[in-house]
Amino acid sequence: MIARAAVTALGAGAALTAPWWVANPYHLHVLIMAAIFTILALSLNLLLGYTGQLSLGHAAFFGIGAYTSALLSLPPLEWSFWIALPAAAAAAALAGWGIGRLALKLRGAYFVLVTISFAGVISLISINWMALTNGPLGLPGVPAPTLGPWTLRTKTTYWYLVLAAAALAFVVCHRLVRSRIGRALVALRENEPLAESVGIDGTRYLVLAAVVSAAMAGVGGSLYAHYTRFVSPEVFLFSYTVTMVIMVIAGGQGTLAGPVVGALLFTVLPEVLREAVAWQWQMLAYGIVLVVCVFFLPRGIVPSIVAATRRAARTAGGPPEMRSGSVGPLKMRRGPAPE
Amino acid sequence: MLDVSDLRVEFGGVVALAGISFRVQRGTITSLIGPNGAGKTTAFNAITGYLRPTRGRVAWDGDALGGRRPCDIARRGVVRTFQRTSVFPALSVFDNVRTGLHLRGAAGFWSVLARTARMRAEETRLAAAADEVLSFVGLAHRRDERADQLPYGEQRLVELAVAVAARPQLMLLDEPAAGMTGAEKERLVALIRKIRERDVTVLVVEHDMRLVMGLSEIVIVLNHGRVIAEGVPAEIRAHPEVIRAYLGSADAPA
Amino acid sequence: MEQLLQHLVNGLVLGGTYALLGIGLTLIFGLMSVVNFAHGEFYTLGAYAAFATLALAGLPFFVALVAAIAAGALLGAICERTLLRPLRGHSIDTIMLVMIGVWIAMQNAELLAWGGVARAIPHPFPTAPLTLGPLNIAPLRLFVVVTAAALIALAWLGIHTTRLGTAMRATFQDRDTAALMGVPIGRIHTITFAFGSALAAAAGALLGPVFLAYPSMGDLASLKAFSVVILGGLGNLAGATLGGLLLGVAEELGAGYVSSGYRDAVGFVAIILVLLFRPAGLFARAERIG
Repeated sequence: MIARAAVTALGAGAALTAPWWVANPYHLHVLIMAAIFTILALSLNLLLGYTGQLSLGHAAFFGIGAYTSALLSLPPLEWSFWIALPAAAAAAALAGWGIGRLALKLRGAYFVLVTISFAGVISLISINWMALTNGPLGLPGVPAPTLGPWTLRTKTTYWYLVLAAAALAFVVCHRLVRSRIGRALVALRENEPLAESVGIDGTRYLVLAAVVSAAMAGVGGSLYAHYTRFVSPEVFLFSYTVTMVIMVIAGGQGTLAGPVVGALLFTVLPEVLREAVAWQWQMLAYGIVLVVCVFFLPRGIVPSIVAATRRAARTAGGPPEMRSGSVGPLKMRRGPAPE
Repeated sequence: MLDVSDLRVEFGGVVALAGISFRVQRGTITSLIGPNGAGKTTAFNAITGYLRPTRGRVAWDGDALGGRRPCDIARRGVVRTFQRTSVFPALSVFDNVRTGLHLRGAAGFWSVLARTARMRAEETRLAAAADEVLSFVGLAHRRDERADQLPYGEQRLVELAVAVAARPQLMLLDEPAAGMTGAEKERLVALIRKIRERDVTVLVVEHDMRLVMGLSEIVIVLNHGRVIAEGVPAEIRAHPEVIRAYLGSADAPA
Repeated sequence: MEQLLQHLVNGLVLGGTYALLGIGLTLIFGLMSVVNFAHGEFYTLGAYAAFATLALAGLPFFVALVAAIAAGALLGAICERTLLRPLRGHSIDTIMLVMIGVWIAMQNAELLAWGGVARAIPHPFPTAPLTLGPLNIAPLRLFVVVTAAALIALAWLGIHTTRLGTAMRATFQDRDTAALMGVPIGRIHTITFAFGSALAAAAGALLGPVFLAYPSMGDLASLKAFSVVILGGLGNLAGATLGGLLLGVAEELGAGYVSSGYRDAVGFVAIILVLLFRPAGLFARAERIG
């Protein structure tokens, strides 16, 4: 579709030239955070939007990635960022594997509770295991990434790093979703017994989704750590998870553009409102937004806009193939219920 | 050949299947009938891995199916449909069928990520195969419509198409004709015969006696979790036990 | 040995309030199938209501308790009426999301109203501990455990002996039959949610003075409430009571003998282990209320 291509091109152009037309360095900081959150939102979307499992512990994967990357690149190990990053992804992926295997036994609300509990335990460990994590004092002095002779310390250089990472994350999600694997995930969410009856292995795909989702969040964590150069137990703050969830749900779960839009919206909007409105009001607004979304925009912003434009255009033919597995109000994986 | 031996399913104190045994020969259309509650769907569930049998053996083509998960059983060529309409509601008919083609693809995680030439070729092949299944079943004109927006009879066809797409050797159909009009039932019978021509063995659970007697080569009758009769339609129609089983309930043989 | 007894006593004090939280949530989660992530926020509400009554208005503690219960019941009823009733029939997960929204909104409303600084809630009890044999117990804590026990007993009586309680149990056992028998289903749902929230608020009013009141105190309370409900089995009043006591004691023993930093982990670990190994709860054989 021409409209979509145009929007994408415009967005890409704006993104690539951002350091030039974004005058205020603080605004560039906001964009960098938006890019990191895009990666996080995309990762949560993989789990929530495609397999239908809500993980409210996603900040745990983010935090594990941040801590792993920081610990590996600080003394005594002092590994390069380019090794610490994949290691962070791997550590988070391992946690994701554990959660994925748990999900097989649990459904819906119970899975949510387990993910919260898991995040809670990890958070407590990061606060209490002083020898490893330095507790509430955190790990300062996380080195910036180096690329040959250059150190990616300035906002401009870091912007391109996170932009590349976000683009890569998008491509990974896109390819995954538009494939046999993506179809299997959606099928498991839509009708698990039916999916199993045609040979789709629920165990394998759920764990895969969890692992990829966690690894991606871990990458986000690593990028965050090397940007802010400081990691503390605050990365496990529930408000990060809440923000990710809002981004995915308000943006449009089960679509690819949704989380991107959501991430941009909910990173930029608070900043825009920051002068006018205190942070507490924003979080309050988040809560209200969530409730409003569930009632009025259950599919999220992007699918609603798409549906509205489609209604306006009113062409013949139905929904295009597999473009979005977007469904009605949040539909989560129920247990198998054969007759 | 499907070999079911002494299949027993108990739920707590209730015996749903009291040790049934029967065989379904390759390439035949066999029906499983019986009054409500006789255990037909329970048998299906036990054969295809949705229920764990308390005892007994199930084997297809010598391959033991007992204790396996449904997806593994499907991989061995045994696919079932469900009593209540079971489609992927938010997906288009085309995508429903393409999902059914899952086992016919092999792209793994890394080849998907790398989007190799082989993966892309496979996707093209699968799309073509999906269209082929759609025309085989007669749903090509509904290709891009959402499955849950089709009329009931066509939704059941989608279900059938998804099962056919999985290219089974043995298909277990659970009340495929339920709720269909007369004309739809005739089309269904023709379709099942076409499926059999593709060298697929079919085992059908049905309540419509005329359909059963007209379609099947062998009829197996269950009542109270036991096999009470097995034979060709003419024998079953006259079988005193069968008549007694049915006269005791609302259904009656045609 | 004395230390052990002391820990046990402290554990019972905590456990009594956890039981209150758990009973409230087991009614809401176990019977109404509402995944109420905002449950802890009613706990916070109760604490702040007590704060307002005691510190600002200078009224007696008993009034504070009543105020908290009333606030919890009222807000709970409003919540159910405006948010949950329109969504009845929707998937359990949609409702969960709404309650998460309520959670966030309520907590930040508290933050805005009272500020982020923790408040000490004044109480009328002397601070010198009472000595009962080898045990020391602060009069406040004694009051807490006694009141909690009384409220739990009242809740039990309410559910099991009154007509309202019977109507509640009937509704959640078989809604359609209850409706046919003339039970006002909508009102029962509202009352149940209000009842559960009131119990949470009571717990907050009781524990608030023991610790401090701060806006995010509800987060842990929510999770511990879920922990209690899972330990005791959904809808299981007796299980929730026992589970609450068990959790309180386990936390105290853990904090005393293992590490105080990880005390909150007990609830988390309990959730994970029970869901993995005994999903029906530890007391699965006990009668369900519904």
